[in-house]
Amino acid sequence: MSARVAVLAFPGSCDDRDAVRAVELVGAEPVRVWHADSDLGGADAVIVPGGFSYGDYLRPGALAALSPAMAAVAELAAAGGPVLGICNGFQVLTEAGLLPGVLRPNAHLKFRCQDVGLRVQRESAWLPDMVAGDVLEIPVKHHDGCFFATPGQLEDLDGHGQVLLRYVHNPNGSVESIACITNAAGNVAGLMPHPEHAVDPLLGSVDGRILLRGLLDQAAVGAPA
Amino acid sequence: MKVTVTVRPRAGILDPQGEALRRSLQGLGYAASDVRAGKVFDLELEAADEREALRLAGRIAEQVLSNPLIEEFEVHAHAEVHA
Repeated sequence: MSARVAVLAFPGSCDDRDAVRAVELVGAEPVRVWHADSDLGGADAVIVPGGFSYGDYLRPGALAALSPAMAAVAELAAAGGPVLGICNGFQVLTEAGLLPGVLRPNAHLKFRCQDVGLRVQRESAWLPDMVAGDVLEIPVKHHDGCFFATPGQLEDLDGHGQVLLRYVHNPNGSVESIACITNAAGNVAGLMPHPEHAVDPLLGSVDGRILLRGLLDQAAVGAPA
Repeated sequence: MKVTVTVRPRAGILDPQGEALRRSLQGLGYAASDVRAGKVFDLELEAADEREALRLAGRIAEQVLSNPLIEEFEVHAHAEVHA
């Protein structure tokens, strides 16, 4: 039986379909979850996808973080279930308090749409077969992707090995070039780059599959290839 | 009761929007050496008195309207004007 991965959608989400397709490509079963749903349809893992939930009103991710579906995600995360937030999904997870820090407008105030190099910081269940120093190529497309954390939070992130990826060339002004972090327990991860857009050789890179495999590896039910 | 919440970036936090505004103001010839951009929320709250309204607004500001990592807020009540 393949892992079931909930793919959330809020009003204004736009990458949920790509996430659904990416989940299928890596051999798992996607479960679509609308923001007003208060359960995840029995899913073992969650992707909070990109887009502009609630029109980015107030702060990106701030209103989505208050939705019933996110309460269900928090429950799954507390039970150790793997949760991956991509772009707006990363913003939602920080606003929901499931990840530390916050995403701010890019320091140069320009929208960035490009492939970026991401240097692996450590071995992790999220990055199967990767070792520190490896470089992944995955696209970004965002205006509010500048990761900020307080000095105390940065100390925790660095000290507990919660930084998984750093930008080779910082595209947005993120503090310490941080691109991908996890929570202290390690089962919730967020990043601005889009793994779900890097799953098909036709589009140049399949490095996004690595993170998706990491998500499935950690799901309660394993996904046989 | 009407309560106004103002939210602004914390001191020392880079505010790219304020910085862009500062540059534009300088382009117009204004001697603006610093601009910080925030938000204003006018709330109509059901509350017994002003103290209660301010307390409620403070909770709302902390929980939803601001992100305490990067923003600070102030709450102001508006005295009811009776004609």
